[in-house]
Amino acid sequence: MLQTVQRTAKVKRKKGAPASVGEAAAGKATPPHERFLEAFRWMLLARTLEEKLVSLYRGGQITGGVYIGKGQEAVSVACGLFLEKGDIFAPLIRDQAGRSAFGEPLVDVTRTYLGSRLGPMRGRDGNIHRGHPRDNELAMISHLGAMVSVTVGTLMAKRFRGEKKFVGLTCIGEGGMQTGAFHEGMNIAAVEQVPLVVVATNNHYAYSTPNDREFASDDLVERAIGYGFEGYSLDGTDLAACLDVIGGAVKRARAGRPPQMVVASVLRLSGHGEHDDASYVPEEMKRQPFARDCLKVAGQMIIESNLLDPDTLAEWRKNAVAQVDDAIATAQKEAVPEGDKEDWCALSTRHLVDHVGEDE
Amino acid sequence: MSLTYLEAIREAQAKLLRDDYRVFIYGQDVGGTFGGAFKATKGLATEFPGRVLNTPISEDAIVGTAIGAAMQGMRPIVEMQFADFSSIALNQILNNAGTHYWRTGVPVPITVRLPSGGTKGSGPFHSQSMESLYAHYPGLIVMTPATVEDAYTMLIEAVAIDDPVVYCEHKYLYYHLKADKLPDKGLPTGRARIAREGRDLTIVSYSAMTQESLAAAEELAREGLDVEVVDLRTVKPLDTDTVLASVARTGRLLCVGESFPWGGTTAEVIARVTSQGFYLLDAAPQRLNAKDTPIPYHPNLWSAHRPNAKNIVAKARALLRE
Repeated sequence: MLQTVQRTAKVKRKKGAPASVGEAAAGKATPPHERFLEAFRWMLLARTLEEKLVSLYRGGQITGGVYIGKGQEAVSVACGLFLEKGDIFAPLIRDQAGRSAFGEPLVDVTRTYLGSRLGPMRGRDGNIHRGHPRDNELAMISHLGAMVSVTVGTLMAKRFRGEKKFVGLTCIGEGGMQTGAFHEGMNIAAVEQVPLVVVATNNHYAYSTPNDREFASDDLVERAIGYGFEGYSLDGTDLAACLDVIGGAVKRARAGRPPQMVVASVLRLSGHGEHDDASYVPEEMKRQPFARDCLKVAGQMIIESNLLDPDTLAEWRKNAVAQVDDAIATAQKEAVPEGDKEDWCALSTRHLVDHVGEDE
Repeated sequence: MSLTYLEAIREAQAKLLRDDYRVFIYGQDVGGTFGGAFKATKGLATEFPGRVLNTPISEDAIVGTAIGAAMQGMRPIVEMQFADFSSIALNQILNNAGTHYWRTGVPVPITVRLPSGGTKGSGPFHSQSMESLYAHYPGLIVMTPATVEDAYTMLIEAVAIDDPVVYCEHKYLYYHLKADKLPDKGLPTGRARIAREGRDLTIVSYSAMTQESLAAAEELAREGLDVEVVDLRTVKPLDTDTVLASVARTGRLLCVGESFPWGGTTAEVIARVTSQGFYLLDAAPQRLNAKDTPIPYHPNLWSAHRPNAKNIVAKARALLRE
């Protein structure tokens, strides 16, 4: 049975977080969160992995697009870190840190990018479309906004089965937020009152399109009220704030509050994909407070606050490189898919396959 | 006891809700005491509380939600209010549900019910037959029941199938077709039915056009012409074997469908028969579809737009003369 939850949509601006896109907090250090170092380690792994993928791409070793989350690791890791067994994660394209924190094996990434037949999609799809639906990591489709309602559905199923205390989290960008599918998904999430957290990262460019051609709202977080969500703003360059705000949203959703929306601001520090040099980003954008590299900021804080000694930090960096190299080496040794060994079957129900265009 | 095609659909859903705790019905106006725009869910929300749910007008999200629920073990039945509105959900059906098993190895057991086809005065956006569109994309099963019995058994099968099923129920047949009782089982999914045996010509059809083709066959019988009518039942998978066997007997083929004429089911049948059974044919295969315009509103225009018993007879006669 569905329960009617009192809908109180609130919009909160976290102290120290930007009230609007142009006012990102600069130079104010928020005290570290208890999972700060754990999160940092995942961010380091994601950055190391993606830097390696970029160099493989430039070396012609990767076919198709490479999309990285450089600059967004703090937001992303917070998305994956607080999810527990039984929760649903529907990541998007810049969520390597979150995927790793959620439990995606590194070798899934390298197998997918390097075209191993043993990858999660066996060559049938590529790059960031991968997922493990049976492990609650949903596989996205390219059409932005489509995964919001899918996530709603997974949560409804859990509720039908009488499960409790579960949460779903999905990610989107400021561009993806403008699709009809996103709008429909947000609305239906609130109508169904599912424990959903939507983390939207305004990284200031949707491919080459800046904010002023993407939306006209003063502040995207105000849309939360319109949908019936509770909404929170976030400085995406500040790891502790990310952990605090997103961790809080997950906690509130799990406790039965209305669906939660978090809007983070942080500049995309790469092209849309690695084929894109992003030369359309003007220099003064790169000097904005929201253009700070969250990994560097977190690393500096670790050293300044003595959370780790420099040797341990160096060890962590080496470790990340070793893990990445290992995952790459594994994938590179494996067989690739072959056209004449594919079963070319799009249905799981074999006896209902339509034999169209085949020689009888 | 006499049941209409629509009542058979309702009975099937009641049985599904009763027998399978994973089933729920999701769509606009399906819940409450209203029971759907065509009453296909009348009484079900009361009998099965919490399992027949009204949705906002958000076809994309309705199907997306169903996909997510199906991934997590439910068996959702989506009711589109009209097939025509499913175009909003095309992306979720074709690109999400239809690709999911291929891409991830995890099937998506959703059933999307599309009230399809024209009725008098329904006009361009309440009359469409979209089976050809859905059959074109990989990863979907497309059902087009033409009888009360099939409307019942095929919907039950649709939900049991692990893959996405687009179930095209015909609105004209809702109240026009009646049956005395419902069977426990029908022909297997994917098998076409010989609706009428004959020797001179094979008419391959589906959905409401099966009924029109049968009426045409009766008319032609009065002239001593013996027409075999094959009811495809599912458009995808398409039972090529039964069609070829029929053409082997008759040597002549006419395909009749209600969808638009460019491409589609009738073209698909002809392509297969021509390439796999060319030497079975005594004459060039023909097809009859709706006209290549949006579906008109005015009853005079509407009845001229779609195939009917009269123009099927004319086309059949011409084909038999060759």
